Amino acid sequence: MRDVSIIGIGQTPIDEHWDKSLKDLAGQAVQSAIDDAHVDRVDALYVGNMLSGVLSGQEHLGALIADWVGLRGVEAVKVEAACGSGAAALRLGYIAVAGELADIVVVAGVEKMTDRPGQQVTAALAMASDGDFEAQNGLSFVALNALLMRRYMHEYGVEHREFAPFTINAHKNAVANPNAMFPHAVTAEDFCSARMIADPVNLLDSSPVCDGAAAVVLCPTEIARSFTDRPVRIRASASATDTIALHDRRDLLGMEAVALSAAKAYRQAKLTPADIDLFELHDAFTIMSVLSLEASGFAERGRGVHLASDGDIAIGGRIPITTMGGLKARGHPVGATGIYQVIDVAVQLRGQAGANQVKEARLGMAQNLGGIGATVVTTILEAAS
Amino acid sequence: MEIARHWRLQRQRYALVGEVCTHCGDKIFPARDVCPQCNAPAKTPFVFSGKGEVFSYSTVHYPPEGFERFAPYVVALVRLAEGPLVAAQLTDVEGEKIEIGMPVEMVTRKLSDDGTKGTIVYGYKFRPVINLSGSPERVSKPEAPATHPTHRSLRSASRALAPVGKAHLRQRGR
Repeated sequence: MRDVSIIGIGQTPIDEHWDKSLKDLAGQAVQSAIDDAHVDRVDALYVGNMLSGVLSGQEHLGALIADWVGLRGVEAVKVEAACGSGAAALRLGYIAVAGELADIVVVAGVEKMTDRPGQQVTAALAMASDGDFEAQNGLSFVALNALLMRRYMHEYGVEHREFAPFTINAHKNAVANPNAMFPHAVTAEDFCSARMIADPVNLLDSSPVCDGAAAVVLCPTEIARSFTDRPVRIRASASATDTIALHDRRDLLGMEAVALSAAKAYRQAKLTPADIDLFELHDAFTIMSVLSLEASGFAERGRGVHLASDGDIAIGGRIPITTMGGLKARGHPVGATGIYQVIDVAVQLRGQAGANQVKEARLGMAQNLGGIGATVVTTILEAAS
Repeated sequence: MEIARHWRLQRQRYALVGEVCTHCGDKIFPARDVCPQCNAPAKTPFVFSGKGEVFSYSTVHYPPEGFERFAPYVVALVRLAEGPLVAAQLTDVEGEKIEIGMPVEMVTRKLSDDGTKGTIVYGYKFRPVINLSGSPERVSKPEAPATHPTHRSLRSASRALAPVGKAHLRQRGR
């Protein structure tokens, strides 16, 4: 198996892009990643996307995007794993390069969510859960997160306002990110008075509905230096699954697939959580940040929520998270998120994060969740030495 | 419309029919034919009592398409007396203070409809347990399934509805 590196990154700002289509967004991201990597050929294109069929009436994104960006002829396919589609596509690209099936691979993630009214998007997102026994009973995806959050608060005696530091941290870090959807600070008062979506989850617990696309270029590490001075090496790539329905979980707050995927990644990289300099986790809702930190080994069960109040998650803290705004404030175009996360880590490891730079960042982890962690892909990246 | 999809689920939706694993004894809902605990085949039907308690809950203020006119409504994970969790709406809870641990029982209610000419989907929801004096009571132990009158009537309801569904499908087939 070959070692794999990222040699190019490209992203669109995350926003309500009413003037841009799915193709426009994906094309922009892929082209800028190819320009950044200075490659003159591409062997394959993998596209992470969740909702193009139901929200845009468009499937078959592999061929569509390949043709649109001038890569007609290459192998190209769409990869779907709900909100984990981006990292699932990255993993496929990684397998192709590591397995010596392709040399130069572009992995893109794209999502176009704002062409439809809110209740249609809400129904579409619920497709990440169990259709027959969750969605058909009226449980929105937010409601499923609310059930977890309520149970967490009950079991560990936590108040809703104790989740505020996660949102405050994410928004603070988004201010210096030109690609972030919400580059402005919020206060604890804003958090506590935000309108309720599905209690106890309110608007400021939740990541936004938005549009965006991001792309990376992969190649074998042994030739990475011929394209860029600052390749970012993939030290680990690990995927795991759990029950798609919450009611089938043996341990509701345990996030089994997060634990499995993280443990596999640590093993591959021969690292422990203490070695990780920053962690781009899947903060689709504040409760997901807490459960991901716990299941990934950064906090004991029931203690994850306190990492925020103790300042451990800030840039300069013990384990900085959402360093460019995260899903909450950078934005969460669902099928593209896994690629945005990896790009945020790559920017940190290249030392290009400006005001948000994590000092001497050498090892960064990105973790992308599909559904309520039914698919989890953990990627550990390392700065070129 | 998805008529066949809803018809397939009628035993589960109308009568909480799940499965029991003959290997480890685990009670399974919804049915999945493979025991989630021990991965052995589990195809023996098991009828749940419909009794349980609230394990977690939430009020949905921004509903998905198809549920707009019910909002705000309460959803919950209910821990059934026989063990498994089930995701469902709570009903008859206006003015009730909902709490984790609150005893609830299954009732059959309208889940959704699809305009004036579309399918009306019925299924289980859970309501606070009512005793004869009308105030909520805490159930100390679950009633045996076979003697529970609500459950019996539901089972016969599902039998009565089955031929209707099948007749409809045959008609469509021709």
